[in-house]
Amino acid sequence: MMKVFSISGSAVSAQSQRLNVVASNIANAESVAGPDGQSYRARQVVFQSMPTPDGGAGVRVASVIEDSAAPKRVYEPGHPMADAEGYLTQSNVNVVEEMVNMMSASRSYQNNVEVMNTARQLLLKTLQMGQS
Amino acid sequence: MGNRLTEALDFHGRALLLRAERQKVLAGNIANADTPRFAARDFDFKAALAEATGSPAAGGPARPGAAPVSVAQTHAGHLRGTGGGTGGPGRVDATALRYRVAEQPTLDGNSVDLDRERANFADNAVRYEAGLRFINGSVRTLLSAIRGE
Repeated sequence: MMKVFSISGSAVSAQSQRLNVVASNIANAESVAGPDGQSYRARQVVFQSMPTPDGGAGVRVASVIEDSAAPKRVYEPGHPMADAEGYLTQSNVNVVEEMVNMMSASRSYQNNVEVMNTARQLLLKTLQMGQS
Repeated sequence: MGNRLTEALDFHGRALLLRAERQKVLAGNIANADTPRFAARDFDFKAALAEATGSPAAGGPARPGAAPVSVAQTHAGHLRGTGGGTGGPGRVDATALRYRVAEQPTLDGNSVDLDRERANFADNAVRYEAGLRFINGSVRTLLSAIRGE
């Protein structure tokens, strides 16, 4: 039963890392390219199952990949960072996708916290076994 | 003699260990609800309990001298599992885990049905607690017999 905490704990940690990445993406949704012409690229976490030696399965963030989609091009000739044609290069973050990602991550986070609470209650009752 | 006295306790103790094991497996499924290509796993509780208590039909008290659970390792690449070869009673081996059949296929190959897993988890938690109460009841019965109240 103690293993439940490490399994759900790993999931909670992975989901919170996913939330971090989502926050970073949403924060940079409108970022424009710097002088080097490189704009912010959306980042995504890659989850991987992490088997424990006794048959359980935790989860970990195997890597954080950068979205290879083309950056957004917006026509804004008055902007100081606009290029010769009047276009502005923005990040390739899809805000709608990120919002969905955020909701999914927060739901999964809650689920795993609930699992830990249930396990905690059961363990506490197990500790009182044979008393009373 | 002592075996007779604690026969019922023994059975419920083994059942409790299996419940805890299943709780862990289900927690793993819930933890991996967003992992691509993860296959949800579970084990046949009835069969595992029958094996752990050494009785063909799970439901009665354990037979004395029940054989401990151990899964044969016929290949060097097989997982070692809980028992580590010795297989303590009431412990299920990792190789005994089965993959759940997905009701709805997903694009990322994940076969965890979160609703089902949560229902199973809640069900298992209640049964674990029921096992605890059985044990507490047996202990109380034994104590009152010892004290002669």
